[in-house]
Amino acid sequence: MIRFALTFLALFAAIPARAAVDIQEVTSPGGITAWLVEEHSIPFTALEIRFKGGASLEEPGKRGAINLMTGLIEEGAADMNAQAFATAQETLAARFDFDVYDDSLSIGAKFLTENRDEAVALLKAALTEPRFDEDAVERVREQVLSGIRSDATDPDKIAGDAFNKMVYGDHPYATPLRGTVESVTALTRDDIVAAHRNVLTLDHIYVGAVGDIAAEELGLLLDELLGDLPAEGAPLPGMADLTIEGGITVIPYDTPQSVAMFGQTGIERDDPDFFAAFVLDEILGGSGRTSRLMEEVREKRGLTYGIYTYLVDGDYADLLMGHVRSGNDRIADAIEVIQAEWTKISEEGVTADELEDAKTYLTGAYPLRFDGNGRIAGILVGMQLSDLPLDYIATRNDKVNAVTLDDIKRVAKRLIQPENLQFVVVGQPEGLETTN
Amino acid sequence: MRRFLSLILVCFVGMPASAAEVTTYTLDNGMDVVVLEDHRAPVAVQMVWYRAGAADEPPGVSGIAHFLEHLMFKATDDLASGELSNTVARIGGSDNAFTSWDHTAYFQRVAADRLELVMKMEADRMRDLQLTEDDITTERQVILEERNQRTDSDPNSLYGEQWMSALYMNHPYGIPIIGWRQEMEELGLDDAEAFYKKYYAPNNAILIVAGDVDPQEVKALADTYYGPLEPTPGLGERMRPQEPPQLAERRLIFEDPRVSDAYVTRNYLAPERDPGAQEEAAALEILSSLLGGNSFTSVLQRKLVFEDQKALYTWAYYSGVNYDDTTFGIGILPVPGVSLEDAEAALDKALAEFLEEGVDAEQFERVKFQLRASQIYAEDSVQSLARRYGGALSSGLTVEDVEAWPDILQAVTEEDVLDAARNVFDKRHAVTGWVRQPQTEEEVIQ
Repeated sequence: MIRFALTFLALFAAIPARAAVDIQEVTSPGGITAWLVEEHSIPFTALEIRFKGGASLEEPGKRGAINLMTGLIEEGAADMNAQAFATAQETLAARFDFDVYDDSLSIGAKFLTENRDEAVALLKAALTEPRFDEDAVERVREQVLSGIRSDATDPDKIAGDAFNKMVYGDHPYATPLRGTVESVTALTRDDIVAAHRNVLTLDHIYVGAVGDIAAEELGLLLDELLGDLPAEGAPLPGMADLTIEGGITVIPYDTPQSVAMFGQTGIERDDPDFFAAFVLDEILGGSGRTSRLMEEVREKRGLTYGIYTYLVDGDYADLLMGHVRSGNDRIADAIEVIQAEWTKISEEGVTADELEDAKTYLTGAYPLRFDGNGRIAGILVGMQLSDLPLDYIATRNDKVNAVTLDDIKRVAKRLIQPENLQFVVVGQPEGLETTN
Repeated sequence: MRRFLSLILVCFVGMPASAAEVTTYTLDNGMDVVVLEDHRAPVAVQMVWYRAGAADEPPGVSGIAHFLEHLMFKATDDLASGELSNTVARIGGSDNAFTSWDHTAYFQRVAADRLELVMKMEADRMRDLQLTEDDITTERQVILEERNQRTDSDPNSLYGEQWMSALYMNHPYGIPIIGWRQEMEELGLDDAEAFYKKYYAPNNAILIVAGDVDPQEVKALADTYYGPLEPTPGLGERMRPQEPPQLAERRLIFEDPRVSDAYVTRNYLAPERDPGAQEEAAALEILSSLLGGNSFTSVLQRKLVFEDQKALYTWAYYSGVNYDDTTFGIGILPVPGVSLEDAEAALDKALAEFLEEGVDAEQFERVKFQLRASQIYAEDSVQSLARRYGGALSSGLTVEDVEAWPDILQAVTEEDVLDAARNVFDKRHAVTGWVRQPQTEEEVIQ
């Protein structure tokens, strides 16, 4: 068992170290590993479980099966139909959330100390003995189809789906994980059973726990809750082949405000220049402080309510993405400013002041994330999924602080590619035409 | 599957107060202070809540409360434009603000030992904002884009404005917080300054400090920075135009090509939580949980989704934290093939059956246990606690009311719930709306 405390925070002058966070690595008797922070002041535990692979483990032609399966986990288990399961959960006041993303299926659970064993038994039933009753399948299928119809009228979703389709080739990332009306309508119960069998397996599992539970208790809980899952699931997919040519694609849609998604290739999480790129993105379009894009597009020109960029650190692709909304008569101006800023930062890098401000923001904000059992449990499991070491929290700010102006200049030249920046615009933009 | 609901609901069911250590006092200039201690993480949240929101705006300048919220990040006599946010970011903190009908609030989340710095800046902008015409011109474009984004791009939001303005015949809750576009376009410097000078004053503000702080140290800091600020004399009691007797049911049909699935909503005028008198609101809170609090076991879901199988989703919500009359909302999104007319009839039938059959004793107990448990879960986020206190205090409630609320909820009886339901479900006090795509002529004839 490895133990270390967040007392390193004392090194950063602004942050007092009074509230130390101890992370323990717990391995259950049955061999399941979890990261744990004990916090006994409030009588509940937050558990975050992730199954790596998520919706990217989809079988060919079955798009939407994993998403539909995820929606059905809480729709009846063992001898309980959907309503009986919900009644049991309500009786315990336990909270379960099931979600699926491109890279993982996530289960969040919160349960009271006073009825922890019963809550775990109920969650175990959902994970290992889901019923997938016919009436539940049909009900949730209709709900998913309703969501798909809603997405079809949502400018953000239209833009995102179009961008993904252009960029990700034949990788699962290229299509929405909810599937299409056609693919979801065609799914059978067997497809859902297969999706469950492919995704919820021990070889994909990562666990974070925070709350009123001791390490030994957690070990026993892990074996009880997860020990009966199959050992191996579907193989993880390979990296996506990216196709990004740069330019503007307009998708006409009748709405008063245009939405633009934009992006280009990004940088791998384990690249030696990752932290320089991370700081660079914060300066260019990060959401924590007034970024260059926010200053130029919103503060100086009032062209938008919000604009931001972010590094997509996916398991199978890395991108630098951004998002902006402007009135149809102003989006062309906004895009022109974005392109100019892209060129400027690529050629000139950033100033010493900007670098210093970004570093103090990023290093100061990091320890503030660690409040709340649920939040910390999410961070613990996220670190494991990104393959970060247990001591990452202690070294992370050093890595940010080590970034120099030269590093930024080098990574800006290498990473920021104005000619390869692809925009997808949904709306009735004035003065913009598709260039590719 | 519960993902849909969050798209439609704008009001959330309130949760009971926590057992966190609470200290309160009032400064000599009338500013109320509440300190909530949570020493688990070295973080502090400062919030300043003004008892002034969109419903306090003068006629004809809708959106000015929210516009001013944006302008509060511009220059003061001591701070450059944007300096407050930049300073907070430089120390790793985050800051933001939000406007409602009953309040406008500003907050920062910082390392606990930086509380003094943010308090100094927040106090500075309470009285010393220095606006320019340039600020107005640029920021007005930003709020117009915000309206584009939040409202005009979203048919559900547009419909929300329509039913609110139909429900409130006289009260300014019928005017959207962001403002009507034609009035927003004309908002000027004088409008902003008049609202600012009147309402942004210590005797109209509540300071909430939550997190890893010591109440005595907070008091000393508050005395230093907020203490010297001049109150606005003669503010008087907060009075808005009230609703006349509502005598006629109102019905709307809202059509927009961007509506993907048609649905029906009904919103009833409902009593809010009043200081010292929260019993009826507590009964309504539990009523909303019984009717729509759980996707599988609540009354509307059980009857309409599982038994009749006419609905894809149903919902019920109530938010008691309001200065004046609030709303109790229900709705149904029918499965494909069921008309809105049939859906509405099924919804009405379910309500009638509920009143007839009474409350299921086991469900009643489960709902109450959930409310008790939510007190424990709520303690995990001190920022949410701070918001709860700020929201309540700026809506006319007291700290005592907030602390009494969990027990009042537990004391509600099944008969209280049915009485409250009979009182609130009166169509003369309600707006029923159908939301759908524009109908072709053929469909209309059918």
